[in-house]
Amino acid sequence: MVRQTGKKAAELKATHFPHDADIGICGIGPTLEDAFEQAALAMTEVITDPGKIELKEAVQIECDAPDAELLLVDWLNAIIFEMATRGMLFGGFKVSIEGNRLRGIATGEAISVERHSPAVEIKGATLTELAVVEDRPREWRAQCVVDV
Amino acid sequence: MDKLSATSWQIPAVGPMRVPAVVYGSESLIRGMDEKVAEQLRNVASLPGIVRAAYAMPDAHWGYGFPVGGVAAFDADEGGVISAGGVGFDVSCGVRTHLTGLTRNQIVSVQSQLADALFREIPAGLGSHSAIALDEAEMTAMLLGGARWAIGRGHGQAEDLERIEEHGCMPGADPAEVSEQARKRQRREMGTLGSGNHYLEVQEVAEIFDNAAAAAFGLKKGECVVSIHCGSRGLGHQIGTEFMREMAIAAEASGWPLPDRELAYAPIKSDLGQRYLGAMRCAINCALANREIIGHLTRGVFSQFFSHAELPLFFDVSHNTCKVEPHHDGRSIRQLYVHRKGATRAFGPNHRSLPDELMPFGQPVLIGGSMGTASYVLAGASSGEALSFSSACHGAGRQMSRHQALKNWSGRQIVDELRGRGIIVKSPSQRGVAEEAPGAYKDVGEVVDATEAAGLAKKVAKLAPVVCIKG
Repeated sequence: MVRQTGKKAAELKATHFPHDADIGICGIGPTLEDAFEQAALAMTEVITDPGKIELKEAVQIECDAPDAELLLVDWLNAIIFEMATRGMLFGGFKVSIEGNRLRGIATGEAISVERHSPAVEIKGATLTELAVVEDRPREWRAQCVVDV
Repeated sequence: MDKLSATSWQIPAVGPMRVPAVVYGSESLIRGMDEKVAEQLRNVASLPGIVRAAYAMPDAHWGYGFPVGGVAAFDADEGGVISAGGVGFDVSCGVRTHLTGLTRNQIVSVQSQLADALFREIPAGLGSHSAIALDEAEMTAMLLGGARWAIGRGHGQAEDLERIEEHGCMPGADPAEVSEQARKRQRREMGTLGSGNHYLEVQEVAEIFDNAAAAAFGLKKGECVVSIHCGSRGLGHQIGTEFMREMAIAAEASGWPLPDRELAYAPIKSDLGQRYLGAMRCAINCALANREIIGHLTRGVFSQFFSHAELPLFFDVSHNTCKVEPHHDGRSIRQLYVHRKGATRAFGPNHRSLPDELMPFGQPVLIGGSMGTASYVLAGASSGEALSFSSACHGAGRQMSRHQALKNWSGRQIVDELRGRGIIVKSPSQRGVAEEAPGAYKDVGEVVDATEAAGLAKKVAKLAPVVCIKG
């Protein structure tokens, strides 16, 4: 499953990896921000097809963390919090990162059980299999396991 | 691992391990355990102040720092620690079972309508909301009062309290340690089931293994019970998230050795440790209140079909907690902080926490199987105290990732298959059903047999699903 954001489709990936009880999510992209955006899409994909979510309302998210890995966890947990408290699902993400400070926008709409058929609720992003690395030049990977 | 007996293996204490690690299970269960269980147990055994051993139950699998199915006790006076990963994201997730006094035939006569009514009336799944919205004062009262609060607000019955661990109210809760975000996340979630492996099931008592205990428990072959599996909802998840993060950062800042970042901890006698205890106990109360409300909603639904069915509460257990308990170490009684992560407390007969009528038989232990397979009722065994600080398994555990389950099955296929076996499954998501397919779970019978063989708890009854509500 790939989302195009003006970059070559092959450069951006949002995937899942197996974990016993829960689910691993992984975002890959040419920049750190791309990887964070793709990871968020991968997390949405745990719940529903992001393509089913209309991008009607934008929510601002800000995080600070001691390092890039905790910043990823904070970003994902902030999205989880907004989903839970606003009753929304998000299908579009835009992130800018300076040092260990993130400013992001999550765009989506109110949950519709009929249209979105949410598969499961995500409890939190964990530190398991947590990685934020530049595997090769212009190939960043941001991943962790989310608890369902 | 060294074999101690047919049902227990030990990893001797070497290197940084302060105590050995002990794994309970049959040989085949242990061979089937992922290798992370041993690694995580070794890490837990290295934590400061750990007492006797780090234990894994027969259903153990890879967890967050602690293995799921992990038990570890700490002495605060010996520098013992508390770990948010040792409790988990769903604080006090657990199971309660109500008796109905109704036969399977009576349930089956209205099976479809009853399933529809339960699905309609019990909020379940992402996008569902409770009719109960808590303002700030009520939130605080709930965090302090647990099931006791729920009953006081008309969402339960006073007789339920003696059948809930801690009599429905966890002492030592400190609402001041619960963040605004956690409260916000919970505001519309009181009395909601959640999703994933949570469920509400109408079950038939299919087999009795211990006649005397079953009679005392009120379980009769051919009669039905209702079991509810869920936890502390958004509040618990938020508390877990926040404190796991804070403990990881604090441990690194303090230079404490962390074999695994997720096994972050704080000394019990530290500000962070005490704050987590205060918040975690609030989350326990939230879970107890949540299950009490759902139990009461269930009574309301049943009364639409069976006006005389009162649905008395049989018992309510939790399996993700850290509780202070007195345990004898061979010389004296010590107050220990016992983490049970995906493990159920299983006090043996004559434990003072038990109501009189259950005392001779031990604490009921409610073990959920997967949707479509059996669940079990066990009773705590006296031998469990020396083996595992009176702890037992909590459920089957998965043998297959959600990813793989989706490849193997469709939700429609599972629903139809179970319907063919007389079981109605209701869920808002076909994909969710596929992820929860019975085949994705280990054989709960094997887990329960190993639990009994190991001396942790004794089998009392087997329950078969009739109606299953999923979120």
